[in-house]
Amino acid sequence: MSGITPSQTVGPFFAYGLTPNEKYDWKDTFSNNLVTPDASGEKIRIEGRVLDGDGKPINDCMLEIWQADAQGRYANPADKRSLPNARFHGFGRIGTDENGAYSFATIKPGSVPGPNGTAQAPHIVVAVFARGMLRQSYTRIYFADEAGNASDPILALVPAERRDTLIAKRAMKNGHPVYTFDVNMQGGAETVFFEI
Amino acid sequence: MTFAFPTESLEVFPARNYPDYKSTVKRSPTKPLVMMPHTLSELTGPVYGQDAVQPGDDDLTRQHKGEPLGERIIVHGHVLDEDGRGVPNVLVEIWQANACGRYIHVVDQHPAPLDPNFTGAGRAKSDKDGYYKFITVKPGAYPWGNHHNAWRPAHIHFSVFGHSFVSRLVTQMYFPGDPLFPFDPIFNSVKDEKARLRMVSSFDLDNTVPNWALCYRFNIVLRGRSQTPMEH
Repeated sequence: MSGITPSQTVGPFFAYGLTPNEKYDWKDTFSNNLVTPDASGEKIRIEGRVLDGDGKPINDCMLEIWQADAQGRYANPADKRSLPNARFHGFGRIGTDENGAYSFATIKPGSVPGPNGTAQAPHIVVAVFARGMLRQSYTRIYFADEAGNASDPILALVPAERRDTLIAKRAMKNGHPVYTFDVNMQGGAETVFFEI
Repeated sequence: MTFAFPTESLEVFPARNYPDYKSTVKRSPTKPLVMMPHTLSELTGPVYGQDAVQPGDDDLTRQHKGEPLGERIIVHGHVLDEDGRGVPNVLVEIWQANACGRYIHVVDQHPAPLDPNFTGAGRAKSDKDGYYKFITVKPGAYPWGNHHNAWRPAHIHFSVFGHSFVSRLVTQMYFPGDPLFPFDPIFNSVKDEKARLRMVSSFDLDNTVPNWALCYRFNIVLRGRSQTPMEH
């Protein structure tokens, strides 16, 4: 048995390698659009900003998201259930802009199994990377319009007064559902991060 | 095979707030992290099709009209889990400065030349044994603003996916014997010496190609231990 390789910061210059987004002479492996032609479910946009302890935008941050499809199934061999949306991979990546802003276009995930036969409310797992972060921080996006939040086994582990930081607010913009989710590294509204 | 991802393995990771590296102070959580069990959401992670990596993506010296300046090197190794087993078919992405220590990124403006024949980005997929290989040039050290006369040791950034989203790793590969090691807060944010040395590649004479390139070996150990399948 060997110890694992330690994490190091993604640094300030990752964009040309990991999120070139046509600004550099390198191809993107991933994008912030997870929607595939075969994906059933509600198409949504998630947007927000990443802010530091002074409330300043973090403009050199990378967010990665991992989620189930609308039926609550993960595109991974560890999820043994059949995957109706075969082309939906459930993974997205984006670098924040000069305002610390990001967005994802995706499908609202379904409920997925939780510990001990419970059901988890629909959610998206988020990994936050940036200059000044020696390791990624994990958080979760839940959805304000989901009744299942009240019985979600993971939200139940979060102090009640902090749960709100994990819940994206829904609004309609130009007829399309948009959820807002800010990542506050510190401050009164500091986002809940998980040790996983 | 099912895997477990014990959180104890994370003890070798740097502290999130590490004031010697100044930018961590305002960018690290101040409240305790919430402990939680791993659910299907954590035990799964993205899987890639063959189209994620194109032929030539692993050779950073062949992406432009000419060859980049600098010392051509081979960087190779295995992606392993905590049992020492190769992790097959995982995406390995790298990015680095050129031989002069200059990044192509627009924010890097320090007075060292860009190389029109070098972007500094590559990707590869581990094979069935977890093996990966890149061809590149040795990056230079470069200055940064953390403290007076701060220089980063030469390094290559690595981004690796594993069996699950919790084995996701972003790290840096260093070169053996770098005189800047004692002065670099990012390198020294890893307190355990053995763990710190796992970020340092080893010179690999056996795989050096005579008259062509030196070789460095860098094995990457990700979270994940095999676990006897449980009855459901």
